[in-house]
Amino acid sequence: MDRLFWLVPLVPGASALLLMLFGRRYSRRAAAWQACGAVLVSFVLAAAAFARLAGGQAALEKVLPVWISAGSFEASFSLAFDRLAAVMALVVTGVGSLVHVYSTSYMADDKAPTRYFAFLNLFTFFMLVLVLASDIVLMFVGWEGVGLCSYLLIGFWFDRPAAARAGLKAFVVNRVGDAAFLVGLLVLLTQVGSSSFAAINGAARDGRLSAGLATLAAILLFAGATGKSAQIPLHVWLPDAMEGPTPVSALIHAATMVTAGVYLVCRLNGLFAASPAASAVVAWVGAVTAAAAAALALVQNDIKRVLAYSTISQIGYMFIGCGVGATAAGLFHLTTHAFFKSLLFLAAGSVIHALGGEQDMRRMGGLRRRLPLTFPAFLVGALAISGVPFLSGFFSKDAILTSAFAGGHYVIYGLGLAAAVLTAFYMFRLVYLTFYGPARMEPEAGLHIHESPRAMTVPLIILAVLAAVSGLVGLRVLPGEPADLFGRFLEQVLPRTGRYPAPPTEIALILAATASALLGIGLAFLFYRRSPGLPARLAGRFPGAYRLLVNGYYVDAAYDAVVVRPLVKGAGWTYRNLDLRLIDGALNGSAAGADLAGRGLSAVQSGLVRDYALAFLLGTVIFLGVVLL
Amino acid sequence: MIPPLAFFVLAAVLFVLGVVAFFVKKDLLTQFMAVEVMLNAGNLAFLALTAGPGRANAQAIVLFVIAVAAAEAVVGLSVIVLVFRRRKSIRTDELRDLKG
Repeated sequence: MDRLFWLVPLVPGASALLLMLFGRRYSRRAAAWQACGAVLVSFVLAAAAFARLAGGQAALEKVLPVWISAGSFEASFSLAFDRLAAVMALVVTGVGSLVHVYSTSYMADDKAPTRYFAFLNLFTFFMLVLVLASDIVLMFVGWEGVGLCSYLLIGFWFDRPAAARAGLKAFVVNRVGDAAFLVGLLVLLTQVGSSSFAAINGAARDGRLSAGLATLAAILLFAGATGKSAQIPLHVWLPDAMEGPTPVSALIHAATMVTAGVYLVCRLNGLFAASPAASAVVAWVGAVTAAAAAALALVQNDIKRVLAYSTISQIGYMFIGCGVGATAAGLFHLTTHAFFKSLLFLAAGSVIHALGGEQDMRRMGGLRRRLPLTFPAFLVGALAISGVPFLSGFFSKDAILTSAFAGGHYVIYGLGLAAAVLTAFYMFRLVYLTFYGPARMEPEAGLHIHESPRAMTVPLIILAVLAAVSGLVGLRVLPGEPADLFGRFLEQVLPRTGRYPAPPTEIALILAATASALLGIGLAFLFYRRSPGLPARLAGRFPGAYRLLVNGYYVDAAYDAVVVRPLVKGAGWTYRNLDLRLIDGALNGSAAGADLAGRGLSAVQSGLVRDYALAFLLGTVIFLGVVLL
Repeated sequence: MIPPLAFFVLAAVLFVLGVVAFFVKKDLLTQFMAVEVMLNAGNLAFLALTAGPGRANAQAIVLFVIAVAAAEAVVGLSVIVLVFRRRKSIRTDELRDLKG
């Protein structure tokens, strides 16, 4: 069965195609079942191929036909299932399956479930193409495809203007990154002459690609990654993307698509390793994003927007890992994050579902006893992301921060640690506001609060278990041991360049990480349980800082002033002057000219036979005159 | 022996008569006959060219012209009959439907 690994993307793709072509003929139930089934089949195939790799095989490969052939350049549909792709494919199909199942219930009352499942399957297809591509051109196809599906699903409820605008914003911001990606890709194609990842990494490693060009290409590709993975300065689209259905936020905007940038950096680890400058950029962007986005999450009142900023911040951690040479640690955090963040989103969806669409935490509270399954699941996710010992987030975050410290990146380590405190704080602020304290919801919403149906709670339970225990694969029994299980599995694809610290240092670092998590939780307890008046007093004391955070550092306002408004103004001028006057003028002018010429010439057609005969005669006479004389 | 030039002159006179008749007359049938006169003037000119031994090729052309003229008469006359049936008139000044 592992020979069939190339069907992993194609099964959801075929299902999406059927759903899109024959959408009207599907019943709600049939569409949901087919979509879930396709992703589950895909998961089983991926697991079978994974088992083969775990048995020792390096990679499974399959070359489908060449689709671009120009001169010496060729790009083919070549899929490779190596260890890096295996981890990512399992995350995508595994979390994808759970989200599909969850959606059958969450979207049960929606107007267009067939369209929803078609897009969700299409997303899975493109994401798996991105993951399994062994060639950067094919990866770009998947990259653009997931961007398209993200746009379609953010704007799924397109009759809400905010959703339509958010989809557009996500698409346009991603275009900026993708333009850089494309230029980087062309640099690599012209310099390396081949589009396969093996050739690119090889050329970077043995120096055929000069250091300057490697840096240029790496930074351009990383700019593409900042767009897709919502890193500063292109992070502005992700909070708005929360207008989409909550399962979409869990799958696309937390677990899979937004981590595609991290995956890209992992895939090109040879290229980034060849350029210390580009690696430093990756680490610094990640560190700044991790801390800055975590600070923004502190003041959000919408439950999904808190999680969105949290996602931005956590992806920052992954980039720190990639940037300081611990690529496997970055991928490890990607994996654990996929579990606990999709858990948090789906649990938040369950809360929103119970409250009939309410997303504002100021109108929640006291849900602990009313949602007896959602609450513990959410709590596990919150503890995991906060880095409480022995849950998954603790191991992965610690692996990254330890590597940063060991590599001598102390400022980056400091930013990461600060972000860890903030993470624990905003996460437990969310927990306390939502599940503890007095119930603040509208009276009528409070009446029919109910735990979600089983199709929603079972995925929550599975994800909660994964969020709790998945960190154990990254456990090193002794500090200072060469590598953990996860890192060893990936060693041949993601060679480790960073060092581990000496055991005493490492124990100190683990204690610091634990302390920061507990500090954040303790502060949240103090602010939102013990003395609930404190946050407002603090905001009153530092109004400038509070406004800065509420407005997201004014990044949106700055983009609006510097980019959007001049662009709209310029487009308006172009429309009025060039389009309406010049182009339409030329078009209408030539039409009027042709009309006039037609009217003039039609006068010649008198309809009188004699006139035609006369013209004939004169023509003959003139012709004969010219010929004979 | 009549000199060949006389035939040419006669042909020219007939042709001009045909042209004039075509322009002067106002019903289709007469104009059609004027066209026939022009055709035959042409035939006469061709025949005048063959007045001499061993020059029969122009006569072949004349035979072709007669054959084509016969076919043209069939088509032309049937068109005229159909026009008359529809419009109860064959005055060319009244048949101005192609005016632009």
